[in-house]
Amino acid sequence: MSVQTNSQIAGGVDAAREGAATTATSGESILLWRLASIVLFCLAWEIAGRIPINVAFPPFSEVVMAFGRIVADGTLPAAFLDTLQPLVIGVFLATAVGIVMGVGMGLREELEWAGVPVFVVMQAAPMAALIPLITFIYGIGLTAKVLSVIILALPVIALNGYKAVRNVSPSLRAMCRSFLGSRRQEIFKVILPDASPMIFAGLRLGISAGFVGVILAELLITPTGIGDLITYHRSIANYSEMYAAIATIILFAAITVGLLERIEIALFRPEKKEHA
Amino acid sequence: MTAAARAVRAISSADAAKPVVEVRNLGKRYGSQVEALRDINLDFPAGQLTSLLGPSGCGKTTLLKIIAGLLPATNGEVFVNGQKVTGPGPERAFVFQDFALLPWATVVRNAAFGLELRGVPVAEREKTARHYIDQVGLSGFENRYPHELSGGMRQRVGLARALAVNADVLLLDEPFSAVDEQNRRKFQEDLLKLRQVENKTLIFVTHSIEEAVYLSDRIVLLSPRPGRVSEVIEPRISRDRSPDQIRRDSAYLDTVETIWRGLRDYAD
Repeated sequence: MSVQTNSQIAGGVDAAREGAATTATSGESILLWRLASIVLFCLAWEIAGRIPINVAFPPFSEVVMAFGRIVADGTLPAAFLDTLQPLVIGVFLATAVGIVMGVGMGLREELEWAGVPVFVVMQAAPMAALIPLITFIYGIGLTAKVLSVIILALPVIALNGYKAVRNVSPSLRAMCRSFLGSRRQEIFKVILPDASPMIFAGLRLGISAGFVGVILAELLITPTGIGDLITYHRSIANYSEMYAAIATIILFAAITVGLLERIEIALFRPEKKEHA
Repeated sequence: MTAAARAVRAISSADAAKPVVEVRNLGKRYGSQVEALRDINLDFPAGQLTSLLGPSGCGKTTLLKIIAGLLPATNGEVFVNGQKVTGPGPERAFVFQDFALLPWATVVRNAAFGLELRGVPVAEREKTARHYIDQVGLSGFENRYPHELSGGMRQRVGLARALAVNADVLLLDEPFSAVDEQNRRKFQEDLLKLRQVENKTLIFVTHSIEEAVYLSDRIVLLSPRPGRVSEVIEPRISRDRSPDQIRRDSAYLDTVETIWRGLRDYAD
C-alpha cells in the first residue's frame, strides 16, 4: 500500500486509480499478498537505511521510533489537526460544488458550454503554480489553505461527474422515461446510481489532489501542520522525524481514499458487495 | 394455457377489428439527409401480435420507438386507444433489446421498477412483481442481481417488468436478439403460452423471419430506407398445437418461404 501511495504524492493522481482497482478485487489471498508487499517494502527500507545510502535516509526502525516520539510529545497530533481543518473544509466544498457542477454540466447543455472549458483548463494547468498567487491575495491563513485544496481537487471531481453523467446508459434513461419516470426520478433513480462509480473515482482522485494541495500550501506558504513539521525537522536534520511525518500523512491519505470506496459500495452498489 | 383461456383468446382475436394502435401518414427524418420512415399507415388490432419485420436500417425500431413515445415523429400521428401519442403512456410498456435492467437492483426491484416510478407502495408492487416473475418462469431468482443471470433470464425480467405495469400494449424491440438460440426458442414458446393468459396487444420488432412467422398473427414487412410498408401478411397458423408441430406445419413453412422471397432482393 505504501509503495503505491508513495508515488501518489510524488508522481500525481494516477496512483490513486491503481490503488482503487486493487481494493476492488480484494480477497483473503490478495490481502496476504498486500501484507507481504508492505513487509517487503519496510524491509527494503530498513536495509537501505542501514547501508546507509544517504545520511538523510534513516532506516525504517528509527522512523518508527521517531513516530513514537512525535506522537508522545504531541507535535504530530497537533500538526494533524492543523492540516486536517483546511483539508476537510476544502474537500467538503470541492465535493459539494464539484458534484453539483459536474452533474449539472452532464445534464444541461448551457452549463456544459459554460463550465467544461474552464474545468478542462484548470485540470490541465499546473494549479500548484497559483498557490503563491493565493497567498498574495488571501494571506497565509486558513482561507489560503482551503483555496489551494479546492483548486486542486475541484476540477477532477467536476469533470468526472460530468463524464459520469454523459456515460449513463441511454437505454436505461429511455427505460425510465418509457415507464413514466419523471425527470426527478430519472436523475435520482437511474442517472446518479449509474454514474456513481465514475463520480466516486473522481472523488478519490479529488481527495488525493486535496492532500497534495494542503501539503503544498503548508510547504510553500503557511508554515503550519504536517508541512511545517516536515520542514522543521528537515531544517534541524532530524531526518527520522521528518520521514515519520511524511509516512504518516501518506498512510492517512491512502486509508481515506480506500474508505471512500467502501462508502460508495454501501450507498449505491449493493450488487458489488459480495465481490468486494 | 387452459381450454377456457384459449377460448377467451379465440374470441378476442375474432373481434380484433378495433385497432388499439393506429399509425397515420407517419414519417421520420434524422437531420436533413436520412429519411428513416416514409408515409406509414398501419392499424394494430387489439389482442393480436403484430411483427415489424425487415432488413436492418428499415426503421422498424424507429417506428416502435415512435409508437412508444420515446421518439418524436417528423410528420404524421400515432393514436393509442384513440388518444394521440405525445410521449410514453401507461397503456404502453416497452421491452428493450439490451434488457435495460438496473444493474444495482435485484430481480424483484427491477420487475417492480415501473410500479415504483408510479409511486405504488413497496409491498403491493413487490407482490405484483413476484406474480409476474413467476409467470415468466423466474421464481427463485427474485433476490439475484442481473449480472448473475443469463441473457435469456435477463430478458424475462424485462418482460416481467413490462407485464407488471398492466399496459394494454406491449412493445418489444428485438427482445431475443441478445439471447442465445436455445433460450430464444424456449422464450418464444413461453411467449406464446403467456399470450393465452395475458390478453395483450403485442407489437414485436424482429429481423428473424422464422421468429416473426412462428409468433405473429400479422407480419408487417418494411422495405429499406426510407422505411415503407411493403406488405402485410397474416400467417393463419393454428397455435393450439405443440411447438414442433407448428414449426413443421406447411402453412408455417410456406409463409417463411414467401417472406424470404420478398426480402432476398434487399439482402446485400
